[in-house]
Amino acid sequence: MDDAILEKLKILAESAKYDVSCASSGTFRRHQHGSIGSANGWGICHSFAEDGRCISLLKIMLTNYCMYDCAYCINRRSNDIRRATLSVTELVHLTIEFYRRNYIEGLFLSSGVVRNPDYTMERLVRIVKDLRTIHRFHGYIHLKGIPGASPELIHEAGLYADRMSINIEIPNEKSLQTLAPEKDFQSVFTPMRHIQQGILENKEDRQKFHSAPRFVPAGQSTQMIIGATPDSDRDILRLSSALYRRPSMKRVYYSGFVPVNSYDHRLPALKQPPLIREHRLYQADWLLRFYQFKVDEIVDDAFPDLDLEIDPKLAWALRHPERFPVDVNRADYEMLLRVPGLGVKSAKMILVSRRYGKISGSQLKKMGVVLKKAQYFITCHELPFQTIHEIRPERIRQLLTAARPPKEDPRQLKLIFEP
Amino acid sequence: MIIYQYDKSFEGLLSCVFEAYERKIFPETLQETGTPLPLFYDDAIQVFTDPLKANRVWKGLTHKLSPAGLSVIASCWLSELPESDILLFRYIRKAIDAPSSIELQFGDPDILKASQIAKKVNNERLRVIQFIRFQKTIDNTYFAATEPLYNVLPLVTEHFQDRFSDQIWLLYDVKRSYGYYYDLHAIKEIQLKDPVRILTTSPQGNPLLAPDEILFQKLWQTYFKSIAIQERINPQLHRQHLPVRFWKYLTEKKSL
Ligand code: SF4
Repeated sequence: MDDAILEKLKILAESAKYDVSCASSGTFRRHQHGSIGSANGWGICHSFAEDGRCISLLKIMLTNYCMYDCAYCINRRSNDIRRATLSVTELVHLTIEFYRRNYIEGLFLSSGVVRNPDYTMERLVRIVKDLRTIHRFHGYIHLKGIPGASPELIHEAGLYADRMSINIEIPNEKSLQTLAPEKDFQSVFTPMRHIQQGILENKEDRQKFHSAPRFVPAGQSTQMIIGATPDSDRDILRLSSALYRRPSMKRVYYSGFVPVNSYDHRLPALKQPPLIREHRLYQADWLLRFYQFKVDEIVDDAFPDLDLEIDPKLAWALRHPERFPVDVNRADYEMLLRVPGLGVKSAKMILVSRRYGKISGSQLKKMGVVLKKAQYFITCHELPFQTIHEIRPERIRQLLTAARPPKEDPRQLKLIFEP
Repeated sequence: MIIYQYDKSFEGLLSCVFEAYERKIFPETLQETGTPLPLFYDDAIQVFTDPLKANRVWKGLTHKLSPAGLSVIASCWLSELPESDILLFRYIRKAIDAPSSIELQFGDPDILKASQIAKKVNNERLRVIQFIRFQKTIDNTYFAATEPLYNVLPLVTEHFQDRFSDQIWLLYDVKRSYGYYYDLHAIKEIQLKDPVRILTTSPQGNPLLAPDEILFQKLWQTYFKSIAIQERINPQLHRQHLPVRFWKYLTEKKSL
């Protein structure tokens, strides 16, 4: 390898960077002797880019040549950009050398479509296979499935990858076909289904024979672009919630639309990527996955879009004063989770602590529970909080939104990108 | 006021616990041997570190606390915070005296405090695991320097041994002047005579580095720059996640 590879790396990293899925979690692989690497079950961010996003994997494209012409993508064939292709050896070498220096947890590999989906998929499979079998690399591998690739290739890829993803990108089939004429929902959902099947079959096999090779042990994920089409948050979250009903779907990522091809008038001209909306969608997604919320509680026909000013849990609580206040000394876990400002950790801590006696307001504070929002929704031992019934929802909303400095730069939001 | 003086080692602290139970006299203050005594005190006892006694206390604790509770003690000790020893003394005493495990009784200020400190130490441990950067030297050793807030190196070696068992590595705490060396078989604690030699020379001209090391550092820097989305640049968030105090040893943050 020499300095020429610097240029290639630059081009191919820039082409890959709009894919937001960064997590490297979900697999636990202990080291085996004579090989390199381990996966920790929880993702490790090894760095943070200047946009504040976690760098966990070497996120790169094998090539940014592409025969398709998706309107939202920087790599579309009609764009006049610099193109490059890495060789299998170069890619393998880069991954291992970065890994040995503790720069990364592993590889996140995708590719533009060259010749046809199967040809492209085959080359991706070559790389992960080499990494695993020849170089005995045990780090994390996230592999993109190429829409339209054959089930056999998807299956082979799944034997080496920890996670696979096929991006939906556009949450509505009609819009998808206008923006990406070569794609349709079927080309996305068919390989997704193959991965799902493979995972389920593998589960059964592994129950019978513990030594059966693992298949995509960290499950699959997907991504939707937010704000490129007029779809509402309700449409997006309903799709997410349907996807989460499949046991293999681990994460749906939301990527605020960055207008990379501003000349294309099928797309809106945004001055700024819709970062706050993206943030609210992630919060809503958390409510779906960890807080036992149903999608219709978060968005419905009366409220099709998330409130940008307040988080979705607070918005739900303000719409449902009848469910409050919650007595922290009595409420069950599920109800504690519904209190604005109480997270999974705080709720668990409360459950544990109250075994040893009644919890007071000052104890909550000492435990590190943040009461800024929660105070309006709870009662506890000896602390007469003013709750939602005395203060009224509209006033609470004012109180909680007015506290902010007047002109906040939306980019300064503390976006959650959990490892 | 009762004062115990000891050698400020962890075994020393456990010896103090042993001594206190034997004498049935419990200290309110712990001091390093040789520290001048305050003007007013009732009794000052000099405790000599005894590995056997320390061991017995630790074994006793394993019956009283879960592995998580024991790791609170270890982590809190590694915080090296000024009052952490007397806090741990009280924590251990409560653990011994209580009929059942105390580690989740966060209503007790000592237990809460100790777990909070332990949590901070564990966060620092995680940061070291995240932000360690190895540089390959001419003799194929992967060398990394760090200056963690707390003394967390002992807590990270297992992770690195598990992950990099087929490469020789050396992790060095510059602030505390010691490190761990892994030679493909075992981990040894070591002290370098002159760690500065590897550290301060600019990598461009450092004869100790492997010939292709600079290329990979440049590649990583290139990657780091290219992966950021310009429309989303957010210096505040960047700093919050990647604390400035780590930048000194971060490949992506130094100039080559
Ligand atoms: S197929 Fe993928 S790489 Fe090609 S233009 Fe569409 S989104 Fe971009």
